[in-house]
Amino acid sequence: MSEIFYKEAVRDALREEMLRDERVFLLGLDIGRFGGTYKATQGLWEEFGGERVRDTPLSEAAIAGCAVGAAMTGLRPVAEIMYIDFTTIAMDQIVNQAAKLGYMSGGQARIPVVFRTQEGAGRSSAAQHAQSLEAWFAHIPGLKVALPATPGDAKGLLKTAVRDDAPVMFIEHKLLYNTRGEVPEGEYTIPFGEARICREGSDVTVVALSRMVLRALEAADRLAGEGIRVEVIDPRTIVPLDIDTIVASVEKTGRLVVAHEAYTRCGFGAEIAAQVMERALYSLEKPLKRVCGKNLPVPFAPVMENFVIPGADDIVRAVKELL
Amino acid sequence: MPEAPPLVAAERAAHPLPADLLKGLHRTMLRIRRFEERAVELFLTQELPGFLHSYLGQEASAAGVCAALRRDDYITSTHRGHGHVIAKGLQLDRMMAELYGRTTGYCKGKGGSMHIADFSRGILGANGIVGGGIPIAVGAALSAKMRRSGQVVATFFGDGASSQGAFHEAANLASCWTLPILFVCENNQYAVSTHCGAQMRIPDVALRGASYGFPGIKVDGNDPVAVYLVTSDAVERARAGGGPTLIETKTYKWLGHYVGDPGAYRPKEEVAGWKANDPLPRYERYLIERGVMGEAEIEAVRGEVHAEVEAAVEFARSSPLPRPEDALEDFYA
Ligand SMILES: Cc1ncc(C[n+]2csc(CCOP(=O)(O)OP(=O)(O)O)c2C)c(N)n1
Ligand SMILES: [Mg+2]
Repeated sequence: MSEIFYKEAVRDALREEMLRDERVFLLGLDIGRFGGTYKATQGLWEEFGGERVRDTPLSEAAIAGCAVGAAMTGLRPVAEIMYIDFTTIAMDQIVNQAAKLGYMSGGQARIPVVFRTQEGAGRSSAAQHAQSLEAWFAHIPGLKVALPATPGDAKGLLKTAVRDDAPVMFIEHKLLYNTRGEVPEGEYTIPFGEARICREGSDVTVVALSRMVLRALEAADRLAGEGIRVEVIDPRTIVPLDIDTIVASVEKTGRLVVAHEAYTRCGFGAEIAAQVMERALYSLEKPLKRVCGKNLPVPFAPVMENFVIPGADDIVRAVKELL
Repeated sequence: MPEAPPLVAAERAAHPLPADLLKGLHRTMLRIRRFEERAVELFLTQELPGFLHSYLGQEASAAGVCAALRRDDYITSTHRGHGHVIAKGLQLDRMMAELYGRTTGYCKGKGGSMHIADFSRGILGANGIVGGGIPIAVGAALSAKMRRSGQVVATFFGDGASSQGAFHEAANLASCWTLPILFVCENNQYAVSTHCGAQMRIPDVALRGASYGFPGIKVDGNDPVAVYLVTSDAVERARAGGGPTLIETKTYKWLGHYVGDPGAYRPKEEVAGWKANDPLPRYERYLIERGVMGEAEIEAVRGEVHAEVEAAVEFARSSPLPRPEDALEDFYA
């Protein structure tokens, strides 16, 4: 094991996959010599050159569409959309083209494209740079969706994403790039659809996404001091979703909190809740709780931003209310 | 390679422009300069949250364009928008308060540096989505035309934004409907780290006007008088029903993309060359040579602007922070 930054984990995964398979290439805004806005591609342009680490004009629809076309014709592009908020401009290519063409061509097309992007609040970036939009993509049949919370998961899941023959939305978190964590030595991948039980516990299940995993663990630590044992689960990919692990945990604890930064309404927490109720309604001792972003645009001023994005306190409170 | 029409030399002001106008341009540039210098300091000492995209070096562009607009004309702005909205008449104190995230800011702390708007001044908003404001401006121009209000619209955007599909669609639509709009491309040479030469294979964005069937004019964006003259012509044409104009102001952003980006991708000589072409001293020399202003008067204006900016900082610092629950206000859905 070695400890590295999340941004290094992303870079290492890209690098290893580019070395392994010459069809893999990168395209996006300022990913070359500049190394990406969050420095997740630093050094790759120097190593692989501008043919395989391609800076593009400021044209998200063209970035996404070009990646789809290249993927349909034998390459394996990783397209970076700088902020998930800007996928709006690329949406036709992601939703109507990448997600559909394989199917509509009767299986002729394989579209092995990865759309790398990042989401999340916490930097006073205001409402057009702080959203968490994973549920939009999870809604679309034909897209896989990964949300790594740790460097180890970022590396292992990204390598899997690159090797997958389906389009993958790979969603990083802007406040995780400079977090550190352990990464196994040598070659490894992490399969999609396998949740990680980050901490075992028997009183309450907390299912958290992306950076909220760290907050859930913080909450669990604090609650442990009061003798409350929280089980924290990170699904890691929401399409495919490892509902079995979540249901098994709920059957054990009888209590569920779902936590993410994305807006509560129609957030992915609602899908998890629905699936748990379909499978394990009678295991729930109390109605489940969602600790999610308020249904508001993310405001600029830090005091208001903190108010709309949940934190460890909110998870602690929700857990206690369930006991 | 086709050449865009030549620079409009400031000398075209042979029939002299009114002194008030020339002095106004100067004061506007100074207000932008001082506001931006101060904002950068405050950002670096972490008094200001969020991102800051500095307009330092580009002052003549906003000043020249907005001086040719009426108070009720519209603009849309960008992530690098402080200069545009100052030139369109905003007060520095309420702007600074917005940068501080205070309740007295133009957007009550909900928008911040990248989203300043004041509809009462025709400012339909800065925008965090590159190219996002351009189609909105076309809509405002359509509305002005349908309401026969005589208003025109200036939409500011960068060289990078001209690669967005939204620009193409908006320009074409504005042309089809002969709308009263000015597409003002501020070519500061870079989109983040990407030089404009890597974003397009023509020397000037202005050349693209031809493909939409309206004039495309490039102008020295560090010369406020040249920018003003080109803009006035375009405004006149737009008001008279002549349709859109694309104006490309050639300029340079002094700092990196955002405050904190050292801008290492730029050759040192390039940065030095553009700094030597600082629009402010250059224009001050012009004013002095023409006898419009003397040294003493210029110095006095500097003092006033300095005090205005300090007062703005004081205003912002002493303004109340929003309450967390204020996030729930101004919201309808
Ligand atoms: C749709 C979209 N893509 C990317 C970004 C990130 N971004 C912000 S500013 C910028 C560069 C803009 O360049 P330009 O239009 O030349 O304006 P400048 O910053 O030079 O003033 C980029 C890529 C964004 N805000 N919106
Ligand atoms: Mg630019």
